[in-house]
Amino acid sequence: MNAAKENPMNAATRLDECFAALKAEKRPALVTYVTAGDPDFETSLELLQGLPAAGADVIELGMPFSDPMADGPAIQKATLRALEGGQTMVRTLEMVHHFRRQDTKTPLGLMGYYNPIHRYGVERFLEDAACAGVDGLIVVDLPPEHDDELCLPAREHGIDFIRLATPTTDAKRLPRVLDNASGFLYCVSMNGVTGGRAPVAQDVERMVDQLRERSRLPVAVGFGIRNAAQATAIGRFSDAVVVGSALVEAIANAETRHGAIEAVHGLVRELAEGVRRAANT
Amino acid sequence: MTDLSMQPDAHGMFGRFGGRFVPETLMPLISELQSEYDAARQDGEFQHQLAYFQRDYVGRPSPLYFAERLTEHFGGARIFLKREELNHTGAHKINNCIGQILLAKRMGKTRIIAETGAGMHGVATATVAARFGMPCVVYMGSADIERQQPNVFRMKLLGAEVIPVTTGTGTLKDAMNEALRDWVTNVDDTFYIIGTVAGPHPYPAMVRDFQAVIGRETRTQILEKEGRLPDSLVACVGGGSNAMGLFHPFLADEAVKMVGVEAGGKGIDTGLHAASLRGGAPGVLHGNRTYLLQDEDGQIADAHSISAGLDYPGIGPEHAWLHEQGRVEYVSISDDEALAAFQCCCRQEGIIPALESAHALAEVAKRAPTLPRDHLMVVNLSGRGDKDMMSVAQHLGENFQ
Repeated sequence: MNAAKENPMNAATRLDECFAALKAEKRPALVTYVTAGDPDFETSLELLQGLPAAGADVIELGMPFSDPMADGPAIQKATLRALEGGQTMVRTLEMVHHFRRQDTKTPLGLMGYYNPIHRYGVERFLEDAACAGVDGLIVVDLPPEHDDELCLPAREHGIDFIRLATPTTDAKRLPRVLDNASGFLYCVSMNGVTGGRAPVAQDVERMVDQLRERSRLPVAVGFGIRNAAQATAIGRFSDAVVVGSALVEAIANAETRHGAIEAVHGLVRELAEGVRRAANT
Repeated sequence: MTDLSMQPDAHGMFGRFGGRFVPETLMPLISELQSEYDAARQDGEFQHQLAYFQRDYVGRPSPLYFAERLTEHFGGARIFLKREELNHTGAHKINNCIGQILLAKRMGKTRIIAETGAGMHGVATATVAARFGMPCVVYMGSADIERQQPNVFRMKLLGAEVIPVTTGTGTLKDAMNEALRDWVTNVDDTFYIIGTVAGPHPYPAMVRDFQAVIGRETRTQILEKEGRLPDSLVACVGGGSNAMGLFHPFLADEAVKMVGVEAGGKGIDTGLHAASLRGGAPGVLHGNRTYLLQDEDGQIADAHSISAGLDYPGIGPEHAWLHEQGRVEYVSISDDEALAAFQCCCRQEGIIPALESAHALAEVAKRAPTLPRDHLMVVNLSGRGDKDMMSVAQHLGENFQ
């Protein structure tokens, strides 16, 4: 049914290699989110380029959209800062290009909403994204019912389509969510928007276990994780921990562009220690 | 040929428009809503309850009134006004709210949320929530709260909590974003009453069906009065629920011409308008693919209209589809033209229309004089204009003090 699964281009993606290597290290991955162009192109690029050295294993780069309906206030504001700073899809892809020139190893996924991709043109977007070195896509408002739109075409371009599973995804629906998923599974820790309250570890562990029973893909947990201690706690039973709003708030609270870069990298270093403490020994 | 009245398909698509472009968290609930709605449609008891509330609470059927003076004034087509402004709460919005709250009750939901622009949908939602004893939260852009104070007070009197939305541009689209965020967070107990024929499937079809009572009544009434179907139908279009409600029962009648009137604001070429079909491009927002006001980068643009109820950068997906099918003609009317028609209707008929409905009347002013005297034209008078007193006074340079 699904030609993309047999696509040789998907044989070993950067994401697959990254998770395989971390499995050997027996520790979860740290996935960091920042919005492209926040607060401006140059600062954002410098910040992005320093993330792997600070300890990010996988990078999620937000594609700004004027109406981020699944995001809380922190990422909403980041989006506005980026758009006011003149960020566009063209410039976001340009950032990835720059990043890839220095770093050919760290997986990078673009995260956001469908409309800017739709407007750019799906085929043109996938060609340009593949060429820039994008490894995966997380598009919040494209459920599996719309796999024909972007998910299946992305797989044909060798780009993983990362699926979100949420507390409302019940056993009946889960197979549909897992069908055509690749790269890793993004387990949304609670019903709500990004940057919400801290998840309850036991509840999330149950969700992660359920996903593991049904899929061989690595499971990342996100939404509401802000500090190293939480990263350790969640990382003990998951394959990756995603932190976004806390990093974006560090940008918002900084007084200078240099301060923003320092603050984000500082927090990433702490989080990186956090996921290392979660290593299964 | 495609049967125009039998849309959307099983996936909620009207051709390439519509769909369910929402976060995964909402998908199970939306599927459940779809099955409950399908069951309710077949359920005699549900239909009986709906009819009861439409009659005894809303005041239906609304009259189809022959506007003799407007007809004489324009000197052409015979003009009929479908008097939706006489409904309880003063607009067509309550037709849909009654239907959705009955569905919410049926699904065991205990909390109601809604978005509102001009406040008419917010008032209608607060009204039915009060009637059914459910707590209600209405999201409203801070800019709209400023210009629609009387409706804000009305909602509060009815027991609703009105939450100002300051994110984005503080208008209807931001209120809808915030309502969706609330829904994602409180998905277990909350029912989202969407006010127009937009959003993820099944909303566009469901809201249309609840509003189609307008067109069904019109059909019966014009047959009683004139012994034949109307030659044309005219309605204003923001999201497009009053227009879909009037048009839908006539879609299969090829001889009935239909005209949807978008808000042209200060003119399409100024960029300050709310005409998604005439000045937008296809895109995905708030759960559906439709025509949207947006820039080259896919960022949603601000809409502009003198009428807060039309001030939305999108349009229901079925309208986008009917536009591309050529079944409905979509035109636009400027702020100034709407104001002139507003005053004309006050003076000629003694009816103060909503500024939204005044857009439809302005199109009538252009068309009616060119048409023969036996042409039957039905206009949806979707709401009354009491809420617009302050903004009209401001535009006319009147001083209320």
